[in-house]
Amino acid sequence: MLEMNPNPDTGKSIQPLTIKIIGVGGAGSNAVAGMLRSDLAAIPALILHTNSRILNLDTEAQKMILGGRRTHGLGTGGDPEIGRAAAEDQESALREFCQGADLIFIVAGLGGGTGTGAAPVVARLAKDSGALALAVVALPFDFEGSRRTKQAQVGLLNLKSAADAVICLPNQKLFQILDEQTPVNETFAASNDLMTQGVRGIWQMLTRDGLINVDFSYLRSVVHNRHTESMFASAEARGEARVREVVERLIASPLLEEGRVLEEASDVLVSLIGGPDLTIADVNKIMDQLNRRVTEGQLILGAAIDPTLVGCIRLTIVASRPSPDLLPNQIPHHSRLSSTHAIKGDIEAPFFDEPIVSHSQSRFKGPPPATTPENTELLLQQQMGQSDRTRKHAAKRMKQEMFNLEIVSKGRFEKSEPTIHHGEDLDVPTYIRRGVVLN
Amino acid sequence: MFEITPIVVGLDIGTSKVCAVVGEFNDSGGLNIVGVGQAKSRGVRKGEVVDATLAGEDIRNAIVEAEQMADIEIRSVYLGVTGGHIRGFNNRGFHPVVSHDREITDDDVQDVIKNARAINLPAENKVLHVIRQHFLVDGQDGIVNPVGMLGARVEVDVHVVHGNFNRLQNPIRAIKNLQLEIDDVVFCGLASSLALLNNHQKEMGSLVIDIGAGTTEYAVYSNGIIKHTGVIAVGGDHLSNDLAYGLKVPLGRAEQLKIDHGSALVEPEIKGHTITLTNDVGIAEKTINLEHLRRIMSLRLAEIFQLIATELDQSDLLNYVREGVFLTGGCSRIAGIQTLANQVFHLPVSIGKTNSISGLKSALDQPEFATAIGLARFGSFEMRKRSQEKPGLQTTISQTFKQIFGRA
Repeated sequence: MLEMNPNPDTGKSIQPLTIKIIGVGGAGSNAVAGMLRSDLAAIPALILHTNSRILNLDTEAQKMILGGRRTHGLGTGGDPEIGRAAAEDQESALREFCQGADLIFIVAGLGGGTGTGAAPVVARLAKDSGALALAVVALPFDFEGSRRTKQAQVGLLNLKSAADAVICLPNQKLFQILDEQTPVNETFAASNDLMTQGVRGIWQMLTRDGLINVDFSYLRSVVHNRHTESMFASAEARGEARVREVVERLIASPLLEEGRVLEEASDVLVSLIGGPDLTIADVNKIMDQLNRRVTEGQLILGAAIDPTLVGCIRLTIVASRPSPDLLPNQIPHHSRLSSTHAIKGDIEAPFFDEPIVSHSQSRFKGPPPATTPENTELLLQQQMGQSDRTRKHAAKRMKQEMFNLEIVSKGRFEKSEPTIHHGEDLDVPTYIRRGVVLN
Repeated sequence: MFEITPIVVGLDIGTSKVCAVVGEFNDSGGLNIVGVGQAKSRGVRKGEVVDATLAGEDIRNAIVEAEQMADIEIRSVYLGVTGGHIRGFNNRGFHPVVSHDREITDDDVQDVIKNARAINLPAENKVLHVIRQHFLVDGQDGIVNPVGMLGARVEVDVHVVHGNFNRLQNPIRAIKNLQLEIDDVVFCGLASSLALLNNHQKEMGSLVIDIGAGTTEYAVYSNGIIKHTGVIAVGGDHLSNDLAYGLKVPLGRAEQLKIDHGSALVEPEIKGHTITLTNDVGIAEKTINLEHLRRIMSLRLAEIFQLIATELDQSDLLNYVREGVFLTGGCSRIAGIQTLANQVFHLPVSIGKTNSISGLKSALDQPEFATAIGLARFGSFEMRKRSQEKPGLQTTISQTFKQIFGRA
């Protein structure tokens, strides 16, 4: 549980927490290389790719070329099946790396061959070795084409059933963060940066001595075998009003879909890093604001001190959405097949069958819900954040039904600029806004 | 150069009416109001011009009426501007004194004011006023004139009023199209407070609230200086609109109901009273519950006061207001508004009177004219300042340039 004591010494010899990072594929390798250049340099890391170009990457991480004779170090050509097979070839080497770790981050970009195919394998091996497998993945931009999008969807599905938890970063949402003039390389760098933030948030929460420590075992109990899909967002604020601002900025993050993610979340991990001037009152205020947003789920807080962050607060949250009833493994075999086939389009079949073979189904109980393939696909897509627009639309429509029972005409001010004061439209009669009933 | 008659004209382009006030210097150097012209305003919403053609016509009508009454020809005006985009805030500028004997010179004062003016505003915003509040020398507060004092660091607090450049241009262009010159552009809230308050009231601390048809402006004075100004784009029009909506009557009817039966208070004894509306030929058409009418108005007015009170409370300014609250503008005619304001502010409330200016009694008594009178008063101060400066050729040229480039 939450420990107020920074060092919960129980008298036993303390085993330091072993965290490892594995970067899979091109995007994953780049992201991990970036992490090692930042303050995460102390973490042992391994990067895997089927393309020998990663050898040129200037990084401290161990490098491993997958595929061998299969690909001759030339990549998979965007085929996840080759990526998967290549990773399975190196199973023993991967197992060796995973040995002894308590927590393994699997960082990958989905949509291509290696990341999509190999990441689920790596996640499974990591889990088999007894570690907690947390995947941090980027989903492709829309402009990368529908094939990659579909592959990424299937990859995510596989990864979710293999890893304990998956943190998703839909790259498409980056467009809402970055301005239009951003060059391509910076856009990808921003994507890597976000993955780094996701890893860092959890890493700091677990390792930094803080005001409030989060036990690894607690994290484990929250994510272990949940196979959830999570979103993360982080924000930083400085100055006088930082306590209020940091939460506002966080909520404003497009990754949280205007705070809707928080409302729907079942578990929210909050990692709060501040300077030595961070007070418990600040922590309290921030949690208070977040608590109001998180209606359903539980909040897990980690607050830590970083001496370099004087006058600054960095807030990272990881919000897990409850998986809808149809977790991949809960889908009955026949409908699951058809559903993945419905998604797969032009991608070969064996790849999709793989997770069922590789993953034991025993840990899931309960009757499988009957869903039609169309329904399944729709839900999966929604879960992926792919049909964002339609979902937003639906949410809007629902709101309208609930609130705008009476359309208040603004009469004379219909066409003039509305007078908005602290979010209230002052053109609407006061008695209506106050809910005063005449008669 | 030709002789310029020593008159000042204040022009207030309001939401319900355009009003021009002509002032003349009397023998003792004070301002004497000699003419008033007004016209119904049709091209203005919430204090801002939305139809330049209609606004132009209305301005012309008001000016012509004022010219006839005062029997003069108006060439230039002091223009009042308002609107929800105008903001006021306090800023501090500082300047190190570099002279070896540490004596603060006039140049230092000019520099520190220049520094205080350098504000980080969005490009589309324009500063309307930079009003000097007081100086600080080495942290010592409350200095009125630091010239000649010794110190290492001189600071100045200023109150800055700024607004959106393009939106400020709309009334200016409407006037330029009428071949009139603009002497200066003045924020209406500032003008009304100039018209109402005497030095004693400014010294003691006063809050002026000008509730017009489209906007409500407010200004706080304390220790003789402006502490805060602001605008809320809510006014009498909103009252009428609320009534039209709530009582389900046409807007014109609502306007008339507001004037005939309106009050800021809901007294218990009016419960159950009704008003019967008749049509043109006198046949009863509809009955309206008086209590509803009053409640709608009361809520809206209380909200306006509440917004101002909240705003001022944030900077703890209400404690400085010792003299009281002065209401003006068309809405200050509403019955019971003093009591309502008193309930919100817990301060003595009175309807502002333009006491310190002589002239046409009919104009001075009306709260609607306060802004225009204040504009004329502002003009008289400016003009006196200029005449004291004795404009040589150089200043005339520089002023001309300033007029061309400052507001072109």
